[in-house]
Amino acid sequence: MTPQRLDASALVVFVFLFALVTVVGFVASRWRRADLDQLHEWGLGGRRFGTLVTWFLLGGDLYTAYTFIAVPALVFGAGALGFFALPYTVITYPFVFVVMPRLWSVSHKHGYITAADFVRGRFDSGALALAVAVTGILATMPYIALQLVGIQVVLGAMGIQGDLPLIIAFVILAAYTYQSGLRAPALIAVVKDAIIYVTVIAAVVVVPMKLGGYGRIFDAVPPQKLILAPQQQTAYATLALGSALALFLYPHSMTGVLSSSGRSVIRRNTAMLPAYSFLLGLIALLGYMAIAAGVDRSDAFKAGFAQYGTNFAVPALFLSAFPAWFVGFAFASIAIGALVPAAIMSIAAANLFTRNIYREFLRRGAPPRRSRPWRSSPPWS
Amino acid sequence: MGDEKHDEKRGRSAGRSRGWHSLLLVPFVGTLWVPFYNSVEPRLGGVPYFYWYQFLWIAIGAAITALVYFATREGKP
Repeated sequence: MTPQRLDASALVVFVFLFALVTVVGFVASRWRRADLDQLHEWGLGGRRFGTLVTWFLLGGDLYTAYTFIAVPALVFGAGALGFFALPYTVITYPFVFVVMPRLWSVSHKHGYITAADFVRGRFDSGALALAVAVTGILATMPYIALQLVGIQVVLGAMGIQGDLPLIIAFVILAAYTYQSGLRAPALIAVVKDAIIYVTVIAAVVVVPMKLGGYGRIFDAVPPQKLILAPQQQTAYATLALGSALALFLYPHSMTGVLSSSGRSVIRRNTAMLPAYSFLLGLIALLGYMAIAAGVDRSDAFKAGFAQYGTNFAVPALFLSAFPAWFVGFAFASIAIGALVPAAIMSIAAANLFTRNIYREFLRRGAPPRRSRPWRSSPPWS
Repeated sequence: MGDEKHDEKRGRSAGRSRGWHSLLLVPFVGTLWVPFYNSVEPRLGGVPYFYWYQFLWIAIGAAITALVYFATREGKP
C-alpha cells in the first residue's frame, strides 16, 4: 500500500479528530470557570485538579510524541537498549511519591507557581531562581521541538510535506492555550487518551495476529539486539536512573504536579500512572513489530526512511498493517499526543518567564494579573 | 505537656512512615541491576525474559507504591 493511495480517508479522519480537540481546547476556558487573568488560574488550573484529571494531565504530559515515535524508533534501530524507558518509568514514581508531595505543600502555602519560585523562597536568591528558570526554559525548548518532529513525521507519512501545516497546527495550539491555559491540555488529554488506548490496543492485537504471534516477532529480531551487550549494561541502568531523577525537574512536570488539588492526589497518582508505563512498554514493542514486518525493506517506505530515519518505523508499520481510515485515527493519536505536552510545556515556560524573569528583573512589581490588551475581543472569537 | 505528647506521636508516625518508605527502594534494586534480567531464557509465551521481567516490574512497582500509600495515608489515626 502506498501513501498516495490512502491520503483521502486517512486525512479526513485525521482532520476531523484534530478539529475536535481544537474545539475542546477552546471550550476548556469555560470549564470550572474562574478569572483566567490570574496566573495560578491560567497556568495551574487554579490548583483544583483531582485524582482523575491529574492522572490524565500527567499522563498526557509525561508520555509524549517521544514515547510514540522515538522510543519504538530506538528499539527498531538499537534493540534492547531502547527499553531503558521501562525501568526509567518504574523507578521515577517511588521517587515522586516521597519528594513531590512536600514540594506541593510548600508551594501551596507560599503560592509558588514554578520551581524557580521555590528556589527563590528557599534560598532568597533572585539570581539562583533566574538560573533555574533559564535552565528550565532551555531544557523545555528541545522537548517542544521533539513534539514538532513527531507531528511532522505523521504528516509526512500521509503525504503532507512542508512547514505550513505544522505552523497552522501550532498557531491553533497557541490560540487555545492562550485562551484557556492549563485547562485546555487537561481536557484534551482525556480525548487523547481514549484515542491512544484504542490505537495501541488495536496495534498490539492486530499486528501480532498478522505476523504470527509474539514468538515470531521476537524470532525476527537479530539475536544480538534482543538483550544488552555486556558493555551496554551500565549505560542502560544509568540512563534509566538519570532520566528518572530528571523527569520531574522539567518545568512541565512541575506544572502538572502543582496543579493538583492536594498531596494525596499526587501520591495516589504515583500508583496509577504506571498504567501508562505499561502502554509505553507495548509501544516500545512496536519497534520489533516493524522489524518483523520488514517495513524497512519495502519499496513503498524507502522515501520515508530516507527522510525521517528510524522515526519512520511506527508510521510505516501502521501504514502497512491498518486500513486507511484507521491509519488516520492512529496518526491523529500521535499528533494529539504531541500537542498536549507541547501545550503544557509552553505554559510551564510562560510561567517561568512571567514569574521569575519578567516580574523579577524586567518589570519589578508588575501586577500579578495578566496584561492582555486584546483580551476583551480576541481575534478568533 | 500536651505538645510533648503530640510531638511524640508525630515522631512515632514519622518513624513508621520512614520504615514504609524504605520499601520504595525495592524497585530501584529490581530494575537497575541489569544482570538480574539480561537474558533471553526463560521465555514466557515466546517473549524473552528481558522483556517480561521488566513488564512485571511495572506491576510490582505500582503495587508497592499503592501499599505504601495505604499504609502511610495522612489523616489516619
